[in-house]
Amino acid sequence: MHSSTQAQPTHIEIAKRRSEMRAKALRKRIRNLALQIAVFVVVVGTWEALAATKTIDPFFFSQPSAILRHIRDWVVDGTSQGPLYIHFVVTFEETIISFILGVVLGVVAGYALGMSEILSVIFAPYIQMLNALPRVVLAPIFILWFGLGMPSKIALGVTLTFFIVFFNAFQGVREVDRNLVNNALLLGANKRQLARHVIIPSALSWILSSLHTSFGFALVAAVVGEFVGATEGLGFLISEAQGAFDTTGVFAGMVILSLTALVADWLVTRLERRFIHWRVSAR
Amino acid sequence: MKSIRYEAPMVHNTPVIELRGVAKQFLKPSGELHTVLQNINLRVEKGQFVSLVGPTGCGKSTTLNLVAGFEQPTAGSVFIKGSPLTGINPVAACVFQTDNTFPWKTVIDNVSLGLRLHGVKKSEAYARAAEWVEKVGLKGFEHHYPSQLSGGMRKRVALAQCLIMQPEILLMDESFSALDVHTRSVMENELLNIWAETESSVLFITHDLEEAISLSDRVIVLTAGPGATIKGDYWIDLPRPRNVSEIRFDRRFMEFHEQIWNDLRDEVLASYAQFHAGTTHAH
Repeated sequence: MHSSTQAQPTHIEIAKRRSEMRAKALRKRIRNLALQIAVFVVVVGTWEALAATKTIDPFFFSQPSAILRHIRDWVVDGTSQGPLYIHFVVTFEETIISFILGVVLGVVAGYALGMSEILSVIFAPYIQMLNALPRVVLAPIFILWFGLGMPSKIALGVTLTFFIVFFNAFQGVREVDRNLVNNALLLGANKRQLARHVIIPSALSWILSSLHTSFGFALVAAVVGEFVGATEGLGFLISEAQGAFDTTGVFAGMVILSLTALVADWLVTRLERRFIHWRVSAR
Repeated sequence: MKSIRYEAPMVHNTPVIELRGVAKQFLKPSGELHTVLQNINLRVEKGQFVSLVGPTGCGKSTTLNLVAGFEQPTAGSVFIKGSPLTGINPVAACVFQTDNTFPWKTVIDNVSLGLRLHGVKKSEAYARAAEWVEKVGLKGFEHHYPSQLSGGMRKRVALAQCLIMQPEILLMDESFSALDVHTRSVMENELLNIWAETESSVLFITHDLEEAISLSDRVIVLTAGPGATIKGDYWIDLPRPRNVSEIRFDRRFMEFHEQIWNDLRDEVLASYAQFHAGTTHAH
């Protein structure tokens, strides 16, 4: 009886402490969120107030409320260049296609050069040279070669994403733990099994971490390409707004673009979690 | 004075491992030839537990790499069960100092890997792996990833991963030196218990003389590099089964320790002097 009378209060105590700690953690999260929102409110609010009182010229700096209205108009009535979703879909399609192509080519090339001493010796200087080139300057050439449509944007996107993924895949293959390779060999792995059980899984974490950056670059390439010459897409929309001295239109395009980038980043993070679940402990 | 130098038994069994006149040299980046090992002659009989001790950088691990087949000797040859070794040693398994475990595989997948690589059906490989997981005391952790285990538990996985292959040679490269003292002596005892049930020969690399004496049938002392060679070969005839944590207080153990340490001390001092000469040159 003695032990049960003692056990009872500790049980309650544990429950109490747990709820206390939970409440503390929740308060911390609420505080962080509140601070984040506060920063947004202060920045946007100042901007709005300065523009409303004409302290800064709304013609050059626009105004948050005007940008919101502009986006609403685009969504409801469509843009001067046709419905908004067409432009959005075009840019998104260019981004996704060039991202996928760039990743596939980058992984294949990175794996091949990482595995083969001779290939990497031959191609290393050329790859360094191409990588040193600011590849955005290729945009006009691609437009000359492939026209104003999607292929020129995809070509630019592929050149941008390829190198990032390539270097990561190459490094990933090279950085495989020597002991793990030796261990697999002693356990009886042949070349194919070595790739499947050791090299690819090990390189995968490098490749996946490059996907965030390379997706961003694919989006940049699509927008820059549209900027230089296109008939549709978000970049084209922004460039049209700029041509008409429509600052609000430029900002509206930027807001939509950054929202797209956020969504894409979230998707890539999900993908990453799916593939390298072994790295974060489940508990 | 009683000699305890080991003399090869006059039987005509082919040794499991035999190194004949083995030397290993590297070309330094400066273009000079660096001799790691020279004139190594060593025979390890079936079921023997042999430790290799020597100062840091004397080529202990290189010797192990030659026996595993990760590297080829520059001169002389390595014979495994009487035939010269070319390529990876097919009858050896190795527990490395750092992790053997593949971080992207669960415990059961890690342990069953060797069997799977040899084409054993998944269900059978898993069944046998489960027995080994239990034997090394990890029942219930079959589906954990290595990142969820402690260092000692990962060593257990590594042991099971090697021993499930029933290797004729078990190579251990400073396998326990990264573990804390208590985990280490537990693992050492467990290794002896499991080894007693097998017929494997063990080649154990360590810089810890106490560990070498308490585990082994023979302790081999290497000279300080460069150009390390065998200096002493001691037969440790302490009775088995041994308790690693208690044997250190045994009078005969201390005698062995004193005698081998007399041999080893000069080499350690020599290697220490070299290291310091090297650093003062560099400054």
